[in-house]
Amino acid sequence: MTRHYGYKPQNKVLSISEEVPDATIASNCALMSAPVNFLLTTSSLHQGNRKFTKLNDVLTQSRPIRLKGRSFLALALTPELPFEDWLVQLDALASRSAGFFLRRPIVLDVQGVEIDRSQLRELVNQLGARNVRVMGIEGARSSMLGPDLPPPMQDGRAASDVELPNGEETEKVAAAESVVVSGPPTKATPSIVVNQPVRSGQSFFHPDGDMTIVGSVASGAEVVSGGSIHVYGALRGRAMAGTMGNASARIFCRKFEAELIAIDGFYQTSEDMDPRLRGRAVQIWLEGETLRAEALS
Amino acid sequence: MGKVIVVTSGKGGVGKTTSTAALGAALAQNGDKVVVVDFDVGLRNLDLVMGAERRVVYDLVNVIQGEAKLTQALIRDKRVETLYLLAASQTRDKDNLTPEGVEKVIEALKSAFDWVICDSPAGIERGATLAMRHADVAIVVTNPEVSSVRDSDRIIGLLDSKTLRAENGEQMEKHLLLTRYDAARAERGDMLKVDDVLDILSIPLLGIIPESMDVLRASNVGAPVTLADGRSAPAMAYFDAARRLKGEILPITIPGEKQSLFGRIFGRKAA
Repeated sequence: MTRHYGYKPQNKVLSISEEVPDATIASNCALMSAPVNFLLTTSSLHQGNRKFTKLNDVLTQSRPIRLKGRSFLALALTPELPFEDWLVQLDALASRSAGFFLRRPIVLDVQGVEIDRSQLRELVNQLGARNVRVMGIEGARSSMLGPDLPPPMQDGRAASDVELPNGEETEKVAAAESVVVSGPPTKATPSIVVNQPVRSGQSFFHPDGDMTIVGSVASGAEVVSGGSIHVYGALRGRAMAGTMGNASARIFCRKFEAELIAIDGFYQTSEDMDPRLRGRAVQIWLEGETLRAEALS
Repeated sequence: MGKVIVVTSGKGGVGKTTSTAALGAALAQNGDKVVVVDFDVGLRNLDLVMGAERRVVYDLVNVIQGEAKLTQALIRDKRVETLYLLAASQTRDKDNLTPEGVEKVIEALKSAFDWVICDSPAGIERGATLAMRHADVAIVVTNPEVSSVRDSDRIIGLLDSKTLRAENGEQMEKHLLLTRYDAARAERGDMLKVDDVLDILSIPLLGIIPESMDVLRASNVGAPVTLADGRSAPAMAYFDAARRLKGEILPITIPGEKQSLFGRIFGRKAA
């Protein structure tokens, strides 16, 4: 039987402060009475990584203000000079698709557009008159911005192009033209390699990517990874993959004797696992809300 | 400069004190200058096993607190003249062991002896962490049963993170000493087999000490087993272990297992 211990998928959470992801996990864990108890696991080794050790502190201290980084999809509008012509085109677009800009977060990308502050304010006002509400401005010099203008935005990442509505297909509106990310840019998700056996009582936490353990994970030890977990020795302790809400993460090990395995919050204890898999090379993945395991032949 | 060895295990009753005394006496019989230091403040035993309980005047805590000089606290063994004991205090609180004080004492002992063997208390608290803190070499004493093996695993993790060597980014030399091994019971499945323990702990094996009445007999007369009866099976195993500590490469025999002609020539080695 697979049970869930209360993680909510939060794949859009980027970490702003060191403690935020942990506090999130901790508060989620504290809400439930499932057997996965992070409070019992203290770690001694991963100084290099996030402060998973701080769980205890976080829970006993009064709640810190919760700040979360979150990324959203926004439309980035790129105005072109002269603005009069560009606005005419925009009006044409809006007439083909009523409400195209309604309830959509819009970011104005003025990179390379030679305008001054008053022109920018005028443009924002013009857009406002057309029900286009600008949430942020990208690519503007700081001298161009002021308290009366939307805040600057940086480090946007491109997403798939948006399909602009044409005359016939007014209702078919897909994703965004380009994407602006609020908060810090996501770094590439590096995987880490642990070159030593993970000993009883140790806990390795790697929230961002895959984790590879060259040795064994001892009984009473714990490895937690945002991505997949690969153990090239015996897995005797706990392995939790995809903990930040990655349901496609998997667990691989050369010798399967785990006490507990979890993917994206769905977990199984050794009692619930197929005894025929014990001691074999095994991979574990999530199918819907069920953990599936299979011997690697 | 001498080498500092910590004899540790996590779990109690596995044979740390017996092994400290036996290895200390074995090394000293080769002429090396050896001091065995009891870190088990409040529950000291090493003085009993060494047969020196009536000769303890000053102890480790006295030295750390500056109430006695190190030379006053060192007790020379009556049988082997290069073997010394630094006892623990039975009455003082273990909080009297300060990191700075321990460091000073260990540094002083290192310069005067070839081997400083620290007998760690059980557990992972202050006494145990202070005993391992300045060690160059760790001997992890383990019985072939699951709770002892898991505790040892925990201790190895601490050795790799909480010791001075680990903090300086150096590798701590670690050896496994498997004690109270009973081949017949291991064969019946009542005990973990040697290979199972090595597989879990993955540190090199220093020796296998057979379960034997000789150990108990030796403790009761107040002599390390390597002094009480050098011909007994556990004593011979400890002598071999001491030679391995000095760097000799000897094949390891599993007590009670018949030695095949070719089988054990190369001995066994763990990761």
